[in-house]
Amino acid sequence: MSSFAQKIAKKTKRDIDIAYRKAMARKVCYLFLLPYAIAFLTFNIIPVVISIYYSFTYYNVLEPPKFIGLQNYINLILADDIFLIAVKNTFVLAVITGPVGYIMSFLFAWFINELPRYIRAIAVLVFYAPTIAGSVYTIFAILFSSDGNGWVNGWLMELGITQGPIMWLSDPSMMMKVIIGVILWMSLGAGFLSFVAGLQGVDRAQYEAGYVDGVSNRWQELWYITLPNMKPMLLFGAVMAITQSFGVGAVTQMLCGFPSTDYAAHTVINHLTDFGSVRFDMGYASAIATLLFLAMILSNKLVQYFLRRVGT
Amino acid sequence: MAKIIKKRQPNRSLVGDMCVYLLLLFFGFVMFLPMVYVVSNAFKPLDELFRFPPKFIVVHPTFDNFKDLFIMMGKSTVPFTRYLFNTVFITAVGTVGHLFIASLAAYVLSKYDFPGGNLFFSLVVTALMFSPEVLNIPNYLVMARLHWIDSYLAVVIPAFAMPMGLFLMKQFMEGIPMALIEAAKIDGASEFRVYVTIILPMVKPALLTAMIFAIQRLWNERGSTFIYSEQLKTLPYALGQITASGVARAGVGGAVSLFLMIVPIGIFVLAQSNIIETMASSGIKD
Repeated sequence: MSSFAQKIAKKTKRDIDIAYRKAMARKVCYLFLLPYAIAFLTFNIIPVVISIYYSFTYYNVLEPPKFIGLQNYINLILADDIFLIAVKNTFVLAVITGPVGYIMSFLFAWFINELPRYIRAIAVLVFYAPTIAGSVYTIFAILFSSDGNGWVNGWLMELGITQGPIMWLSDPSMMMKVIIGVILWMSLGAGFLSFVAGLQGVDRAQYEAGYVDGVSNRWQELWYITLPNMKPMLLFGAVMAITQSFGVGAVTQMLCGFPSTDYAAHTVINHLTDFGSVRFDMGYASAIATLLFLAMILSNKLVQYFLRRVGT
Repeated sequence: MAKIIKKRQPNRSLVGDMCVYLLLLFFGFVMFLPMVYVVSNAFKPLDELFRFPPKFIVVHPTFDNFKDLFIMMGKSTVPFTRYLFNTVFITAVGTVGHLFIASLAAYVLSKYDFPGGNLFFSLVVTALMFSPEVLNIPNYLVMARLHWIDSYLAVVIPAFAMPMGLFLMKQFMEGIPMALIEAAKIDGASEFRVYVTIILPMVKPALLTAMIFAIQRLWNERGSTFIYSEQLKTLPYALGQITASGVARAGVGGAVSLFLMIVPIGIFVLAQSNIIETMASSGIKD
């Protein structure tokens, strides 16, 4: 047993030695990496680490943090009703807009792929425009407005479908529907571009071989040839879809107000903003952020597990 | 007609293709409608903006809203041009800085094998998931420690470290043959020289793509978490204020929306073929 441990120790020592020498030989690599690495670690990794640390404390920025153990998490889950509403809303948004947006991105990219070159370029622009136009989604505040400016209400009433205006952005039963629509409208993002490019790269010869081997319609072609070729892009698109569906916050804030009526469109991000930049209860906000990071990483692992089975 | 049918690809039925085109047309129309509304709103005269029931398309287009915008520029407490300057400044500095440091890092990560390199890249891939919305509040604590609250730095420097740009450039650089770099080195070029004269010109499509993603983020930056002084606020924030002030400024709001929308879309149109070329190597290998 002890000889085994010695062996391991010796081996790791040797590995470290080799790694050290390799690192010395490649000093210039670290020099090139350094500026990005500092910025990346400071603003992408350290925030995650410190929010785990502060989640176990009471911290209001002015006084030094006080260690309170799991109290923040206990309060979140047992005492904070609004958090539970926010979790429910975020969950609904993630479960609907995540997969639907993902599948939409792929289907549209797939359909567009067979168009002639210039029409394809225009189609990509039309579908990607809502994402790149960014804060232009605020236009929905006017389209769905419940006063005289609301084009949707005006149109519905003109056609005689509804009698009076619907309070799209302040009626708790309507808000989430509008938000889901707006999120889906913006969901053809980086993943969509990745799919468009990936589909262009699939080897034509494989389709011909498939045709000879008895692939007889477009759906079989999709499942047996296209999708297995697209796995890396599918993985990238999935990461993008998760990012977007868990990150919904600005849209609800701009369209439904902050906080929204009865918290009916309150997401976890809105809750985070509430405690982080309104009440400055940073310990509590950190606990929310930690749970959010955890949920994102777990759902990413889950999606990866399913994507490995595509085309098999 | 027979010719068209003969030209068809295998495994595609005519009915299926028709359905696909109809679907694309329908959804393309739905996706584009709000954009049309933004454009049309910007040119509506006052009486059309408040007509009931509202008209979707402008009937008598005017440039009044843009004129009002210029008049308003001088009148508000913080000149409107200041918001515009802030947004342009943040976008320009953030994008250039991001492209420079991320392409340096992408170069060594893609072309050299050194201890810690792969680990670092896998961290970047994980961080692709953490959007600014999620990181904002934890980042506040970092910014407070650095005393960067209420300065441009708090918005610009985190943008330098966007994981997306590094990821795309690294994946794209994998395609550059190592022999090219070695040949240059034999001729006596330093590592930095190789990066400037060989790598950068070859990865122009990836640079343009990273630029688009950086612009997309910075152009829409509202800076609401880190920036408090009115002089440092950005254009999207001003748009929010104009929209919130309601009726009196509806036309000006339309003009600002149009401006905010047209710039990134214009850049995207110019760079589109480069972007598609870059995204072809965007996959995450398992």
